[in-house]
Amino acid sequence: MTSTDWPLWEVFVRSRRGLSHTHAGSLHAPDAEMALRNARDLYTRRSEGVSIWVVPSASITASSPDEKDPFFEPAADKPYRHPTFYDIPEGVRHL
Amino acid sequence: MTTMAPDTGSYEAVFDAAVAADERIEPRDWMPDAYRASLVRQIAQHAHSEIIGMQPEANWITRAPSLRRKAILMAKVQDEAGHGLYLYSAAETLGTSRDELLDKLHSGRQKYSSIFNYPTLTWADVGAIGWLVDGAAITNQVPLCRCSYGPYARAMVRVCKEESFHQRQGYELLLTLSRGTEAQHAMAQDAVDRWWWPSLMMFGPPDGESAHSAQSMAWKIKRHSNDELRQRFVDICVPQAESLGLTLPDPDLRWNEERGHHDFGPIDWAEFHEVLRGNGPCNDQRITRRRQAHEDGAWVREAAAAYAGKHRDTQGEAGA
Repeated sequence: MTSTDWPLWEVFVRSRRGLSHTHAGSLHAPDAEMALRNARDLYTRRSEGVSIWVVPSASITASSPDEKDPFFEPAADKPYRHPTFYDIPEGVRHL
Repeated sequence: MTTMAPDTGSYEAVFDAAVAADERIEPRDWMPDAYRASLVRQIAQHAHSEIIGMQPEANWITRAPSLRRKAILMAKVQDEAGHGLYLYSAAETLGTSRDELLDKLHSGRQKYSSIFNYPTLTWADVGAIGWLVDGAAITNQVPLCRCSYGPYARAMVRVCKEESFHQRQGYELLLTLSRGTEAQHAMAQDAVDRWWWPSLMMFGPPDGESAHSAQSMAWKIKRHSNDELRQRFVDICVPQAESLGLTLPDPDLRWNEERGHHDFGPIDWAEFHEVLRGNGPCNDQRITRRRQAHEDGAWVREAAAAYAGKHRDTQGEAGA
């Protein structure tokens, strides 16, 4: 009857200076400005944020869950990228 | 069917393994249709309960006895709207739309918690709702923070953090009345007498009669049975009622040393099913009010959409 078809927006909140924005949730809004205002009312009622990003959900490109294993597989067999891969004699310091 | 079976089978194995390993299922993962449908039903009912739940309390905003209480109550009712929106968003990740959810609420095809079909007759009811209704909701919701569906679990974490204020303000309100004049004390007791049994019904039918419980527990949507959570709530409330100086309206309520729990009297399930069928004191009033609010807000939604559309067109011309 009063279908609005407002697009969906993803909300990212920076909880305090020095930290990165983190995904908080999503909401519907007709435009970016209203999305920001709605995000403030919905996700920062208790001073949870000092900065908000809103991004149209449709603009996000995501890796497919179906491809999960092959897509991330190149990293799986390279343990030498981790510091724990290397044997260092006991007593060697600052390494 | 023979060609589809191996694929579905392997997807299902991945899903089953994730649930068994206590991992979360995320929106774009494959999931059984019945799991998706069950979540939509539960999350939608939960969201609708938050939205309808604004009404009985909003009933007292203009008559709050002090500016302090009025500010608290407005913040609480605003929180309930927020909780509804977190939950609608979670439901939408399962492929349903906001409009569809609202339509189903307005046409009665999806339910909300039957507790909100009881009236708030006095100011003390605001306290009883905070203490008992929100208390029962918290008991239900804390385990949902570990629900197998990621977006629902994350919404519950936010909700639970905020519900704690709701329960404490209710308790403090009742405590103030209980320690007030004789009439105020009686008002608090009357509210507790009326809200106690409906609050116990919030946990749903006994385990043996609960339609969705077993499957929901197997999927780790639910973590504890209805009766288990109900017992936990009773055990929590008994000492809290003593501290309030109020009694709970159950002559059979007593500590059972052997079980390590409180025994309590039989619940009137006939009343529960009547309210569920639409014959509670306020069923019609709640849905009529909700529809009216939605219709009254239509011009705001239309104006915002028109403004956004005009702005987009102007930008398009400038860019061209």
